[in-house]
Amino acid sequence: MAKLDLMLFEEEYKLLQEIIGRLEKDASAKVVFLVDKNGQQIAAAGDVKSIDATSLASLTAGNVAATDGLAKLIGEKEFSLLFHEGEKDNLHISIVGKRGILVVIFDQNSSLALVRLRVKKASKELQEIFDQVEQRAQKESDAGSRFESPFSEITDEDIDRLFGD
Amino acid sequence: MTFINYASREINCKIVYYGPGLCGKTTNIQWIFEQANPEKRGKLVSLATETDRTLFFDFLPLDMGTVKGFKVRFHLYTVPGQVFYDASRKLILRGCDGIIFVADSQKARMEANIESIANLATNLKENGFDIRSIPYVLQLNKRDMPSAAPVQEMERLLRFRGEPMIEAVANKGTGVIETLKASARQILMELQRA
Repeated sequence: MAKLDLMLFEEEYKLLQEIIGRLEKDASAKVVFLVDKNGQQIAAAGDVKSIDATSLASLTAGNVAATDGLAKLIGEKEFSLLFHEGEKDNLHISIVGKRGILVVIFDQNSSLALVRLRVKKASKELQEIFDQVEQRAQKESDAGSRFESPFSEITDEDIDRLFGD
Repeated sequence: MTFINYASREINCKIVYYGPGLCGKTTNIQWIFEQANPEKRGKLVSLATETDRTLFFDFLPLDMGTVKGFKVRFHLYTVPGQVFYDASRKLILRGCDGIIFVADSQKARMEANIESIANLATNLKENGFDIRSIPYVLQLNKRDMPSAAPVQEMERLLRFRGEPMIEAVANKGTGVIETLKASARQILMELQRA
């Protein structure tokens, strides 16, 4: 594979979850999502059930990717922040490091200024964890002693079963 | 780039349907959406023009069940096939785990098929992938068309690495699941090797 897979372990996941849980409260947000740039949801906090999280993750990543393309067209490295203002709810999207996207949904109970302030702090913390995850993956890849894959003994029958055969 | 979450025991794979305009990429995904158990499928998101041409992408998340105690989820994407949407196609390939190339069997579309494969190779390369090694399946779609080229001829023109080749009529569902299954098999086997 061209790039290292993103592998999250229990303790890293807990830390990420903790940070976005805190962000959701501190920013008085409705929901906070952490998704990766390929459109997969990593963690979520708040009133998650009210939203189709999978579609949100995919569309956010598409949005960020398109905006990234626009940035490059005009000679910018990236636009690190996107803000969509609605009648009731607003969407604050920011880039975390190389692979994360932080999505904050908020209404009149919060403000753009507060969200920006809290996101800044949380982004820094999230970045540190992403760095750790990457360093670990790099170390394992260099040492050639990758974490034992749970798929190392996958069989044709396993795959047939996924398709209900 | 597969996302494996050991905390929630989930594995997410991204499969991209590629091919020339009007070859049936969206039709493949729509058929899967209609057939899938409603509990296992997510919403089908289509970013299309008013005339139902794909503008950016279609997206369908599918829960496939479990393998070795891990929930397997496929994220199916299509690219816009029309030539001038190349910038969008490039973006959608980002982080993909496998490609399904949907070829249009009509003789008049053979050049478009060849061009699209060349375009795929270029765009994969720009995303750090190699078309010769990434999980890859070839689907020959629209086999029911009177103007369909013989399978042997399509194989000679389009098949370049002994990849699985599946005949399909996507609007009737023929070959659609077989194609997805061939891709899933490759991706999961790739994980095994990784």
